[in-house]
Amino acid sequence: MDFSNPISNLFGKSPIRPLQEHMSLVVSCAKQLEPFFDAVITDKWDNASEVFDLIVENEQQADRLKKEFRLSMPKSLFMPMSRGDLLSILAQQDEIANTTKDVCGIVLGREMNIPTVLQTDFIGYIKSAIETCEKALKAINELDELLETGFSGQEVKFVKKLIRELDAQEQKVDKKERKLRHRLFKIEADIPPVNVMFLYSTIDNIGAIADTAERVGNRLELLLAK
Amino acid sequence: MDLFSEYGTILIIMAAMFGLFMAWGVGANDVANAMGTSVGSKALTIKQAICIAMVFEFAGAYLAGGEVTSTIRKGIVDSDVFSDQPDLLVFGMLSALLAAGTWLLIASVMGWPVSTTHSIVGAIVGFAAVGVSNDAVNWDKVSTIVASWVVSPVMAGTISFAIFRSVQRLILIHDNPFERAKKYAPMYMFAVGFLMAMVTLLKGLKHVFKDVGITLSFGENALVAVGFGILVTMLGTYLLTKVERDVSKEEDNRFYNVEKVFAVLMIFTACSMAFAHGSNDVANAVGPLAAVVSVVNSGGDIAAKSSMPSWILLLGGAGIVFGLATYGYKVMGTIGRKITELTPSRGFAAELGAAATVVLASGTGLPISTTHTLVGAVLGVGLARGIGALNLRMVGAIFLSWVVTLPAGAALSIVFFFFFKGVFG
Repeated sequence: MDFSNPISNLFGKSPIRPLQEHMSLVVSCAKQLEPFFDAVITDKWDNASEVFDLIVENEQQADRLKKEFRLSMPKSLFMPMSRGDLLSILAQQDEIANTTKDVCGIVLGREMNIPTVLQTDFIGYIKSAIETCEKALKAINELDELLETGFSGQEVKFVKKLIRELDAQEQKVDKKERKLRHRLFKIEADIPPVNVMFLYSTIDNIGAIADTAERVGNRLELLLAK
Repeated sequence: MDLFSEYGTILIIMAAMFGLFMAWGVGANDVANAMGTSVGSKALTIKQAICIAMVFEFAGAYLAGGEVTSTIRKGIVDSDVFSDQPDLLVFGMLSALLAAGTWLLIASVMGWPVSTTHSIVGAIVGFAAVGVSNDAVNWDKVSTIVASWVVSPVMAGTISFAIFRSVQRLILIHDNPFERAKKYAPMYMFAVGFLMAMVTLLKGLKHVFKDVGITLSFGENALVAVGFGILVTMLGTYLLTKVERDVSKEEDNRFYNVEKVFAVLMIFTACSMAFAHGSNDVANAVGPLAAVVSVVNSGGDIAAKSSMPSWILLLGGAGIVFGLATYGYKVMGTIGRKITELTPSRGFAAELGAAATVVLASGTGLPISTTHTLVGAVLGVGLARGIGALNLRMVGAIFLSWVVTLPAGAALSIVFFFFFKGVFG
């Protein structure tokens, strides 16, 4: 006989931990950009392909988590934050993994070469973008502490500071993106046009990853507004 | 009356068995509800929770349960109507016990969140209104009781909300929550000790004191309660000195050590919850039994002023302990595993709000549902943005169980009533 019980049925599964798990999975996916482009630059396409498999696996796992998360959030759940805000955070987080996979997929498929003069800047640009994601993860990881304080006091200030740092980091990425594009523009005449197009789009997409990470932070800010 | 001299012993044995059955149900299911929050927030292990439950359930029933027992025993029915037909009261109380016990068993198997209190009140009203006559029910009292079922969860929610907000304001929003937690925790401990002592003195021990010839004024009672509160605070402060800050754990969760302080606090609220539950819910099993025993022993004299034999309370206590030991620990484990999201600071606020409400209700003799009150308290903490996710469907289920339990308890009770009347009458 298994009695169902009013007190235990009263508690739903808190969305916070799954959301954090999803974010950390997504960020570890984005982190693969660095080894991936390291392999691309050194022309080790076997290595790049291995890293890409890892990215795909991470992305699929994140997708599964996302579905699970959505299914465990019925409308009857009463939460200290709005269901819509949480779902939009989740959607943004998922976007990070999707874009990462898309970028790497195209680079791998076309066996794209990064021009030698751009390589150092390019790796620096990727590192900055990854750092943006990590900062977003750090902010998301504060969600349980936010809940603990009932979204008030020092903790809110702390999270706001984290979000400011995240915004600043994204601006750094922007700056690097402009610089990189300008340098590419200087040499674009020497590269086959189709390759140039794809280089521009790769740079754009990596910038989009940082943008999305910033949007995760912005959505989090919405939760702080009372 | 012939009936009582002929069948008196059998009737008492039957009542005792039904009462034991009911107490077993309370121990198996209800106690776990009351203590589950402590286990879920990991403030107590299941073993510790059961030990606390055994001691404080019994203390609550014995020291502060008198008023509710007497409401169940003679407050719901109008004793004047039964004075020339005491046999009907005995059959009625027997059927009420059996009906409530049966309904609880059915509901538990089906997983409905019904309350022991609602079942027994519904059953008593049922046999009296339909089996005897409409006048046999003390409708004024019944409407007060029903109103208290609405008021108690709301009140518990309000208190818990306020307590949790005070925890936020005083402790959690500051830079040094650990020091502040240690500073303010004794204040909450005092509140727990004072409240329990005050209700016990004013309502429970009043009769004991009268017997030995001591009368205390309200002020003197308050003074004793303050003394008890200070005693509890001292014990708590001692326990708090043993809580050491483990800074390495704060990296992952900044409130790790603060929660350790609240876990100590929760030992006290768990005691108060068990005490409150004992003071209110044991009466559900013991009240009808007491009514039967008193009528049979006095040979049918309803009005006779008989004090409740202590074996009845013992039986109630034993039934609860038995229920806990055979099944309650399992339910407690299930609840504990399911509500891990509840941290000690939240669990403490919910328990204290619920315990305060139940103890106050017990003091005024109102039989309320501990489980529903606790649900109200948890929702109160949730409204203070304190709980990750609450399943509001449960509130609907509880409301539905209300609508079903009263007529179901009443209908079963009516059937059993005519059955007993046919067999013995």
